[in-house]
Amino acid sequence: MIFVTVGHQMPFDRMVRAVDQWAAAHNRDDVFAQIGAAKYVPKRIQWSATIDPSEFSQRIADADVVVAHAGMGTILTAFELGTPILVMPRRAALHETRNDHQVATAQRFFEMGRLAVAMDEHELPEMLDHVSNLTAGGVISSSASPELIQALVSYIHQTDQ
Amino acid sequence: MSVDRSSRSKKILAVASGGGHWVQLRRLAPAFDGCDVTYVTVERSYRDQVGNAKFRVVLDATRWNKFKLLLMLFQIAWIMIWVRPDVVVSTGAASGFFALRLGKLLGARTIWIDSIANIEEMSMSGQKIGPHAGLWLTQWPHLAKVGGPEYKGAVL
Repeated sequence: MIFVTVGHQMPFDRMVRAVDQWAAAHNRDDVFAQIGAAKYVPKRIQWSATIDPSEFSQRIADADVVVAHAGMGTILTAFELGTPILVMPRRAALHETRNDHQVATAQRFFEMGRLAVAMDEHELPEMLDHVSNLTAGGVISSSASPELIQALVSYIHQTDQ
Repeated sequence: MSVDRSSRSKKILAVASGGGHWVQLRRLAPAFDGCDVTYVTVERSYRDQVGNAKFRVVLDATRWNKFKLLLMLFQIAWIMIWVRPDVVVSTGAASGFFALRLGKLLGARTIWIDSIANIEEMSMSGQKIGPHAGLWLTQWPHLAKVGGPEYKGAVL
């Protein structure tokens, strides 16, 4: 099963359309997408505008692969649950977000070997052709690094000077 | 720096907007062990994730909608007066910025952890909160500077 998600804030029709057309071309019936307040209505894949947080986590846990915008909520949840993830960054110039931070996120985590990236809707179909070969970039624990936790604990409990 | 062993547990106000901000805040939870935590966020449906901790919802406003921002500011001020936290902590965005500013005014310790999504530069809120954050953190070593923000690890 492929789980597609655009996050909870804004639609991302450019990605959803590319996945839908790919699924139609390859007769895939195992794709479910959370598409937000989208203008594009998928023809081939199953979809829902929104899903609640518990279903979101469950779908990521059950999926063979997650295809998503490069949002940190989705990326971190996929890392926690050990599900491989392919991201396509939103672009500010196309009014999909307010700046290009998702491009930097996608590139940096790709360099770290933690996820796969399709830079745009033209790269996405080819990446999807090989999607079954994707592996998770290592499972992370459910909490922040011990270093960060310790820094917070020290600051919270330090006595007044 | 010594550790406070006073009997009353610290009251923590943990604030984050939706999506990635919230997921990152949740990953800090072990740092709040033994504390009296009130979570503040923008999505009612996140309540199930905080167990027995207190949970409050405010409007999901961004800096692009000034009227909604003002309403959110009042909501956070109300929660702040009610909770009287010892520590205010946030992973962003606008909701956390307001919470830290108000918390500081009321004498709380303040912690800002800029989202790990901000790789090339700190968020706008994250840059502006610097003077008001007792602990002012970026999650990327290359964004740390003398005088802050500091790097002390990341949410993963």
